[in-house]
Amino acid sequence: MRQLLLFISIIVVGLVFIFRLFYLQVYNANHYDLFEDPAIRKVYDYPKRGFVFDRNGELLVSNQPSYDVMVIPREVKPLDTLEFCSLLKIDKDQFIKTYNKAYHYSPRLPSVFVSHLSKEDYAVLQEKMRKYEGFYIQKRSLRDYQTSIGANVLGFIAEVNQGQIEKNPYYKMGDLIGKQGVELSYEKELRGVKGVKFIQKDRFNRDLGPYKNGKFDTVPVPGKDIAITIDAKLQAYGEKLMVNKRGGIVAIEPKTGEILALVSAPSYNPNLLVGRQRSKNYNKLYNDSIYLPLIDKGLLRVHEPGSPFKALVALAALQENVITPDYTITCVGAYHYGGRRPMGCHCGGGRRSLIKSIARSCNSYFATAFRRSLDKYDNASMGMDVWSNHMKSFGLGQYLGTDLPIGKKGNMPNGAYYDKWYPDFRWGATTIISNSIGQGEILTTPIHMANFTAAIANKGYYYTPHIIKSISNQDINKDFVTKHNTTINEEHFDPIIEGLFDVYENGTARFLKVPGIEICGKTGTSENFIKINGERMQLQDHSIFVAFAPKDDPKIAIAVLVENGHYGSIYAGRITSLMIEQYLKGSITRKDLENWILTHSLEEEYLKPYSGKPFTIN
Amino acid sequence: MQRETNRYFKFDWITIILFLLLVAYGWLNILSASHTGQTIDYLDFSQPYGKQLMFIFLTFALIVVILAIDTKFYERFASLIYIVSLLSLVGLFIFGKNVNGATSWYAFGGMTIQPSEFAKTATALAVAKYISDLHTDIKTFKDQIRTFIVIAIPAFLILLQNDAGSTIVYAAFFFVLYREGLPKIYLTIGILLVLIAILALKFGALATSLGATTLILTYHFTRKRKPAFYNTLFTIIICGILAFGIKFFYSNILQPHQQNRITLWLRLEKDPVKLERMKKREAYNLIQSEQAISSGGWTGKGFLEGTRTTGKFVPEQHTDYIFSTVGEEWGFAGSVFVILLFVLLLLRILHLSELQKSQFSRVYGYSVAAIMFIHFMINIGMVMGLIPTIGIPLPFFSYGGSGLWGFTILLFIFIKLDSNRINEW
Repeated sequence: MRQLLLFISIIVVGLVFIFRLFYLQVYNANHYDLFEDPAIRKVYDYPKRGFVFDRNGELLVSNQPSYDVMVIPREVKPLDTLEFCSLLKIDKDQFIKTYNKAYHYSPRLPSVFVSHLSKEDYAVLQEKMRKYEGFYIQKRSLRDYQTSIGANVLGFIAEVNQGQIEKNPYYKMGDLIGKQGVELSYEKELRGVKGVKFIQKDRFNRDLGPYKNGKFDTVPVPGKDIAITIDAKLQAYGEKLMVNKRGGIVAIEPKTGEILALVSAPSYNPNLLVGRQRSKNYNKLYNDSIYLPLIDKGLLRVHEPGSPFKALVALAALQENVITPDYTITCVGAYHYGGRRPMGCHCGGGRRSLIKSIARSCNSYFATAFRRSLDKYDNASMGMDVWSNHMKSFGLGQYLGTDLPIGKKGNMPNGAYYDKWYPDFRWGATTIISNSIGQGEILTTPIHMANFTAAIANKGYYYTPHIIKSISNQDINKDFVTKHNTTINEEHFDPIIEGLFDVYENGTARFLKVPGIEICGKTGTSENFIKINGERMQLQDHSIFVAFAPKDDPKIAIAVLVENGHYGSIYAGRITSLMIEQYLKGSITRKDLENWILTHSLEEEYLKPYSGKPFTIN
Repeated sequence: MQRETNRYFKFDWITIILFLLLVAYGWLNILSASHTGQTIDYLDFSQPYGKQLMFIFLTFALIVVILAIDTKFYERFASLIYIVSLLSLVGLFIFGKNVNGATSWYAFGGMTIQPSEFAKTATALAVAKYISDLHTDIKTFKDQIRTFIVIAIPAFLILLQNDAGSTIVYAAFFFVLYREGLPKIYLTIGILLVLIAILALKFGALATSLGATTLILTYHFTRKRKPAFYNTLFTIIICGILAFGIKFFYSNILQPHQQNRITLWLRLEKDPVKLERMKKREAYNLIQSEQAISSGGWTGKGFLEGTRTTGKFVPEQHTDYIFSTVGEEWGFAGSVFVILLFVLLLLRILHLSELQKSQFSRVYGYSVAAIMFIHFMINIGMVMGLIPTIGIPLPFFSYGGSGLWGFTILLFIFIKLDSNRINEW
């Protein structure tokens, strides 16, 4: 028995060791990854980020070099902080704060210590960098905007955050990523693929040479240049016209769905979000709660569509065969229904045909058309479903599927929506009659408006609005060259287009005619409520205008929203005319009109609700 | 004539082959752990791998000498060898060179030699000689004390040189004495001591004493044939003294770095900030070593391909931490191979020991197996984080001439003794 003690001990220890090895090397081991190996330094070679051109080949965005000081906290050795801080132009508190933050992120992974050194600082620092173990300079490429326009479309790039790193291991701390606009939408194409060199290092962080003679090293793949559909001249002109106003302009080429201009006002100079002042400027823009310069109003500002929507109401009624182009009513200055308070009309009254009704924006006519469309069916809910589907075929009440990273659905109610409001089916066309004039529960954004205007210009179809023209001469996403047909037959569009044309000839936009161009358009006014401290307040109406031109061969469809701009024709109508003239003619003949817009400001209007004093509207 | 032809086959070739495999495999790993740059000059004696190659060649000369010496020599001159060895240890206090805090080396020109590596062999010979003496009876207390003194003198001298790791190796002789008839009570006390030490440090001396008292009393009152009460009382008192004694030993006798190693091993530190600081100072090697082993996976990164080995992330990797190179470059497969080589070698020596006709050879063989077992257990256990950090080399694997020669002499004296198993003198 005594012989067994050592014998068993040897066997037990052998087995324990094998189990321990199994635990360490197989069970508990992470899959070996060169990128995670602390013995291998990864040196990244960032490729050139793709340039952005406008539709006419004008360079909008290029690159400039930038130098970041990086830190690997674990490798930092005691250093002359005083000298180091003065080189970096920071104080000691900031040094300690940044260091602790980097250490908290990871002691062994690099973090950005100071970003965007100037070329002069870089030159001085580079000489002395050797002295500071654990710090090194990473060269990166920053954006260089060749223009001051289109900030909302172009977007910006910024350092990745931790969430993005976790989601996509391609990105490492300090990498730049598109955060808005086309920089975000086409991030993958623009950024290319960074190259990486693997360097064997020792425990003192000294380089020992390329790992396996550079067998796994990769060369960077340069980012692709892209061209966007924006017409830089038109965009710049739109931004100029919107000075001192809040709102959006969306101009689309109806034949392709290409977005010619996407103006959001007020905007900002994209160069503000580049370089060392970036975060200061960003915070300033972010905190402007009145003008919200970071919000793209053309894509995100949700409002009632107002009168332009009447064109769609008429189209649905024609398609449902409840009116004909010759159908006529007599307007008595108001629309009376069901013994309730009548809906007023400011068309002037009298006999109203379809074309005249559009030109004069007669509420009574479209209320009748809407009511007939719904009453055709057994109950209002069924009628509303059919009607709602017609509207949805114009892209309303849904995301349009553009290649811009943001958007809003808006709202296009169906029968079920009102069944929920009025559970006993005690609702009818008249209950929701304000939808007929674009003031009910229907909500749109300016891009929805421009899109349905393009569909009318095309007489029944649209292409998904998009911003990408080409990516390094490759074809773009085929979703953008697929026709979306509306549910309205082509022939019904002719009287509507005549009506819209008459708006300029005899209607609400008589004084906005552009010599030599046949424009079809429609004014709109949308009621505007806000809540301040829980109190609902009505503000000055939004001024809305949609139009397309030329009438027989539409090259541009446009929607303009000027917030708190009162009647559609006052601000939005003027801007629309000028934009169309600028795009089709390349110059402006009606200088007085242009001058009026440039010299009129709505800033006082925007401040009214915050002034605390009583104010009047309309 | 018969004797002449069988001359070379009398040696146990299985043991020799296992020895050769370990030395060769060990050298490959030393090469990997110590080479720098792209080119390897095998005869570059300024590099550890070059030096070790030289040591290995000299080892073969040593082996020839050991095997050529008559078997009787080792038994007859055991005492003399022991005394010379003790003198070499004493001499360190006068001529010794201090390396890493331990005064364990003689320096001759560019060479250093560590007498403690040879003292193990000398002590094994002395213990074998003493126990195999016809007048010695290990069952008597007097002879137990004398044997203990033979073992304790070199152990104590080495402890005085501040080389606690090498001192622990002398615990190996417990296995030998137990095999030769040391009463069971020592085994019981030994196990009890280890158990109480761990419990007292982990849960406190008072809790351990109370727990032990409860257990012993329960045992006392549930037995049909009641043990004598003073025996029970005595055991309780011993346990209490041990528990408090260990605690005292830990806090007042151990050096701070030794305390920290035990603290880390038993996970005694709860304050995360202090723990982090302690880990950084004391467990850097261990963490690097565990990570290097872990990164090897099933089959390793390949010979000379270990990124952490190339980058020298594990300090002392070619000496005490050589096994982490195996783990990283040869993976689970290569590491298990090393474990199996050692287990086979140890079991082979054990088996041969039991076959010896002379008690001297048997006791010596047992000592060889036990000493190498302790080295094997402590070194690999430490490198894989199973036991607290104790710096002793892995036999035949770790870099170092003294270590290699010490173990070679230890092993080959046994091979020589074994070749004369039939006791032909």
